[in-house]
Amino acid sequence: MKTSVEMMSSEALIEMPNSQQTSSNTPNDRYQAGKSTSFGRYLWPLLALALLLLANLFIDSSFFHIAYQDDRLYGSLIDILNRSAPVALLAIGMSLVIATGGIDLSVGAVMAIAGAVCANLLLLPDIGLGTVVLAGLVVGLMAGCINGTLVSFLGIQPIVATLLLMVAGRGVAQLINQGQIVTFQHQGFAAIGVGQFLGLPMPIWIVIGMLVLTQLLLRKTALGLFIEAVGCNAKASRYLGINDKSIKLFAYAIAGLCAALAGMISTADIQGSDANNAGLWLELDAILAVVIGGAALTGGRFSLFLSIIGALIIQTLATTIIVSGLPAKFNLLIKAIVILTVLLLQSEKFRRQLSGLFKLRVFKGTKVGDKK
Amino acid sequence: MKNYTLVSVFSLWAIGASCAFATTVGFSQVGSESGWRTSFSEAVKAEAKQRGIDLKFADAQQKQENQIKAVRSFIAQGVDAIIIAPVVETGWKPVLKEAKRANIPVVIVDRNIKVDDDSLFLTRIASDFTEEGRKIAQWLMDKTEGNCAIAELQGTVGATAAIDRAAGFNAVIANYSNAKIVRSQTGEFTRAKGKEVMEGFLKAQNGQALCAVWSHNDEMALGAVQAIKEAGFKPGKDILIVSVDGVPDYFKAMADGDVNATVELSPYLGGPAFDAIDAFLKGNKDLPKLISTTGDVFTQETAAAEYEKRRL
Repeated sequence: MKTSVEMMSSEALIEMPNSQQTSSNTPNDRYQAGKSTSFGRYLWPLLALALLLLANLFIDSSFFHIAYQDDRLYGSLIDILNRSAPVALLAIGMSLVIATGGIDLSVGAVMAIAGAVCANLLLLPDIGLGTVVLAGLVVGLMAGCINGTLVSFLGIQPIVATLLLMVAGRGVAQLINQGQIVTFQHQGFAAIGVGQFLGLPMPIWIVIGMLVLTQLLLRKTALGLFIEAVGCNAKASRYLGINDKSIKLFAYAIAGLCAALAGMISTADIQGSDANNAGLWLELDAILAVVIGGAALTGGRFSLFLSIIGALIIQTLATTIIVSGLPAKFNLLIKAIVILTVLLLQSEKFRRQLSGLFKLRVFKGTKVGDKK
Repeated sequence: MKNYTLVSVFSLWAIGASCAFATTVGFSQVGSESGWRTSFSEAVKAEAKQRGIDLKFADAQQKQENQIKAVRSFIAQGVDAIIIAPVVETGWKPVLKEAKRANIPVVIVDRNIKVDDDSLFLTRIASDFTEEGRKIAQWLMDKTEGNCAIAELQGTVGATAAIDRAAGFNAVIANYSNAKIVRSQTGEFTRAKGKEVMEGFLKAQNGQALCAVWSHNDEMALGAVQAIKEAGFKPGKDILIVSVDGVPDYFKAMADGDVNATVELSPYLGGPAFDAIDAFLKGNKDLPKLISTTGDVFTQETAAAEYEKRRL
């Protein structure tokens, strides 16, 4: 049954006028939902990441050095993986939301709420680690469901619906913390942020776990395809029998869940919940990561793996700036220039024009040579 | 009839009493964005209670328009004086003129304001950020005899506190040829960012010794402590840690030996503010335009006792 719907929808999608947006020029390599393994899509983000890492090698020759001390791997590369965990988790959730044609601005605030809830629960005597983690996840899931309901069932524009929680959520977190930074001493919970397993920091494992789980859920069932179908054309998918409202709700719920995980990591990392600053502006980094990963903000196309590469690019850049010794006032400017370059490289139009310019120069050059 | 007279006499007495004894002061606070800000608000409230001052407290949630609204409502209520802890430096002239017309003195506390006419406010009570930087730098230079490779965790780029603290610190270490800032980056005044930047510094140093971390506030320093511990060094011993603010958590870390010194950014600005208001209401119109409240250097020796004082 599933397969027949799958086939039907993917065939139908090709005929849909809206899917033209995501297709490339020639009809042959027109994008097909769930079937894109096109080389170019993976090439540019990976190339950008490799170039950034190489740039680091020039700044600091020991950049790729990884030592094994105190039962764990220790080095700049591990730091990048570890520090990128919150944005990577947010990017997983954000990929799904963006794939349905929506956007979630509230994930930074949800991080702060989940962190505040966990930190305050940890202050209670005799509370189990499981209860605290579960409470944090439930809070994230609830926040995601609120967003999802507003968007899918009440038909509010995603950017407005999630803006509500973005603004109100930080207030809620401050209310829970009563305006203070709530610190706690709890070895078990702290391990989520600073612990290690098989030599790697725990946040990296959490990201890997979440990535594998979500990827299996999306690609081993028809769910991923449904999400892309809804993102391409919600109305057409509804006529095909896809429950587009539930699919959207699901995407926002996962985004909330990921945000809660990210919030717990950043809270455990500093062993304190700072409602003002936890996850501040990270929703924008997450959206950026998804875009660097080549997803269309109009919906219908996403890759979890590439979104995580996007998160890694952002974090590598941040680490590069820290070790480069450049004055702090240039940070944002450098970030903007590098991101712009990455995005331009990904744009097929820009590449074609660039190569056109290059050919023109060569052509003119030979002409001048001929005259001589 | 008798009853009426009694009530009216009593109410007249009550009104008279409130006029004669209780000074009403409106206080517009920035918000509650940090631990320091909260202790500042609490200190002002406690001081007012102790002096029997009727304090009208308005939290601006970090927005200037809320502050201006609050000040206007204070003027409408006819308070005796207004205290403003401004969110930003500019845009205060119109509302200060309104207060002046109503003959209500305004005291500026903490952050600065920019007005071309300094008769618009009574006085400003604040800590001198440059002096704080100088004090902590001098302590560090005395401790290390001027031999020190320093990593600096800057505050938010462009913030007055960050710029002035750095200026004061740099002015002092310029006198010591073997003291140098070898790494410098912004930690945006937050614990999480302080930790991340310190991790980067430690990797980039690649074995070359750092003698001290100089952080523009306590939160970043506390983040750096965690990064140093995770890298397998002893903060406070292998790498000295100095900072400015004096929040309770930092005193606790200092008592535990993880950090070395801080200059207190006094949250007790209420006392001097009420003193100035008192003096003005008693007819003293000749107050200095800046009353400095720069705190002292606190070290590990007194940290445990100080933490007990501050934890509430």
